[in-house]
Amino acid sequence: MVSIWFFIGVSLLVNGMLIFGAGLYEYWHPPALEGRVQLFEVHAGVWWGALMTLIGAVYCYYFKPRKNKT
Amino acid sequence: MTIPYAFIVPARLVHLSTVDVIIVVFYFALVLAIGFYLRGRANTGEDFFMAGREMTAWVAGLSFLSANLGALELMGWAGSAYQYGILATHWYWIGAIPAMLFLALVMMPFYYISKTHSVPGYLKLRFGEPARAVSAVSFAFMTVLMSGVNMFAMAKVMQIVLGWDINFSIWVSSLTVAVYVTLGGLRSAIFNEVLQFFLIWAGALLIPILGLYEAGGWSNLKLQIAQRASDQYVHLWSGLGSFTDNPMGINWIGIVFGLAAVISMGYWTTDFLVVQRILAAKDIRSAEMAPIIGAGFKMFVPLIVILPGLLGLAVLPIKLVPESVAAVTGAHSYNDVLPLMLARYCGPGLLGLGITALIAGFMSGMAGNVSAFTTVWTYDIYRPLINSRGTDHHYVNMGRWTTVIGVLISVGTAYLVMQFASIMDYVQALFSFFIAPLFGTVILGMLWKRATGAGGFWGLLCGTVSSVSMWAWVKADPSALRYVALSPHAKALAQDMFQALWSFLVCVIVTVLVSLATKPKTDAELTGLVYGLTPVPSVGNIPVYQKPVFWAGVVGVVFFVLNIIFW
Repeated sequence: MVSIWFFIGVSLLVNGMLIFGAGLYEYWHPPALEGRVQLFEVHAGVWWGALMTLIGAVYCYYFKPRKNKT
Repeated sequence: MTIPYAFIVPARLVHLSTVDVIIVVFYFALVLAIGFYLRGRANTGEDFFMAGREMTAWVAGLSFLSANLGALELMGWAGSAYQYGILATHWYWIGAIPAMLFLALVMMPFYYISKTHSVPGYLKLRFGEPARAVSAVSFAFMTVLMSGVNMFAMAKVMQIVLGWDINFSIWVSSLTVAVYVTLGGLRSAIFNEVLQFFLIWAGALLIPILGLYEAGGWSNLKLQIAQRASDQYVHLWSGLGSFTDNPMGINWIGIVFGLAAVISMGYWTTDFLVVQRILAAKDIRSAEMAPIIGAGFKMFVPLIVILPGLLGLAVLPIKLVPESVAAVTGAHSYNDVLPLMLARYCGPGLLGLGITALIAGFMSGMAGNVSAFTTVWTYDIYRPLINSRGTDHHYVNMGRWTTVIGVLISVGTAYLVMQFASIMDYVQALFSFFIAPLFGTVILGMLWKRATGAGGFWGLLCGTVSSVSMWAWVKADPSALRYVALSPHAKALAQDMFQALWSFLVCVIVTVLVSLATKPKTDAELTGLVYGLTPVPSVGNIPVYQKPVFWAGVVGVVFFVLNIIFW
């Protein structure tokens, strides 16, 4: 049976990549000042997305199907 | 306070970008995929209703916590933190941790070795059919009503935050839950709850991180809150000496004896919605470890719930108002603080994740309600009272149909609430009537062998009736609160605490008196159900650091230290 942790890995990986990509896009194409969120300058989307992608990738690799873990 | 009152609510709080919508759609696709994947693994009663009793401690523990971590819980308590300050943390620490550890070390062995399918099922074994019937019918009734109330409230939030149509939110979310629970049963609900647990943390944890960065750290945050509200907003215990020294209008007796000793014990140890997750554990050690793991994470939930509320007090440029004022003026209410903080810090992608976290929280709560309702209806009402001769396959089919019907009743309740908003207050109050007396009945049943079936039944009934009576008394005459909560300065939350305390005591006294006047069960009949007559199974010959009692001690120490730090 596919492990629940694999599903979680997929979720973190996909969401992380989407957020990372959106963060990079905003980094290179910053919105107008009035359209920016607070603390825009810390680019939370970039590092938070990268962190989620990393954790998701580790989960996907470690709990990939046919490892027989619940 | 110098913050101006504001503002007329904009058409919607936030606008989702394309990437946000993709994240939300991906979430729905993933939970449905899990349901379809697990559909072949829910063919027997044990599989469908108890997830095969094969969950590890981590899966059961995170699911146990996630079933309680609904979106309304997140937003409601963030709003309470804005309104009352750090005092709201009591509902996560003393109002949860001792009860979860008590469940793990004292009560779980009895639930587990009795092999019951439900809490009403334990009452049947210990006290007989009448006690089970009272408990099962009230639980099933209230569970679907609560589910409907939450569904409406969530749809309303989605309308305010995103501008979504209420009908769209109700039907999409409820049908999704119906599909994945009907297909995969409790296992599917548990798997999705664990997934939702991760999404909630991933989506909400950025708010306190960025908020503390903006506020300049915890010390500066405390200073800003003291300037804008009061110094008492950042102290857990020092203002609880009297009802007038804290923003909540409660004292330490209400918190310690009402919240911690009764309400919290009742909720975490007898509410089948959460206990069902632990009953699915694969062995006795996992069943004991699961609530301890849940307690470990529960201690840190204030980071994503209470802290955003406190940060809202310090950094938001507007003043939030009670719901009743917001309805008239169009200003933002306390309950909007979490979405407001989300919109403040989260750009494209992160916003979608935050919204997904709220939706996930709602759906995990609803799936918990529906799966618990399905089990109680099938095993504690349908099988004993309507059709006791069905095959296992028949009861699984009944479970699947009950899931669909439970969701439809919830949807109906949501539409009823839409027409008659005051129903929401009544239903939420009703739910609290049953918890405290039920805890009295279960705990006496487990710890006192002299408790009889008649004692359990009449204690439960009288405790519940007393709770309803006190609520009706204060509703009819608000000044009666001074008698129920023992002070003219008590506020609404204090009523809940003291009402629970008195109804628990009524239940215990009636149970004891009736039990002493009726014929006790023999020791042989009570083996496996009562302390002192039951050999509690060992977790095995394992190193001390793997024992549940060791980790309960660790959690207990951290809990104690946290309370001292934020005294």
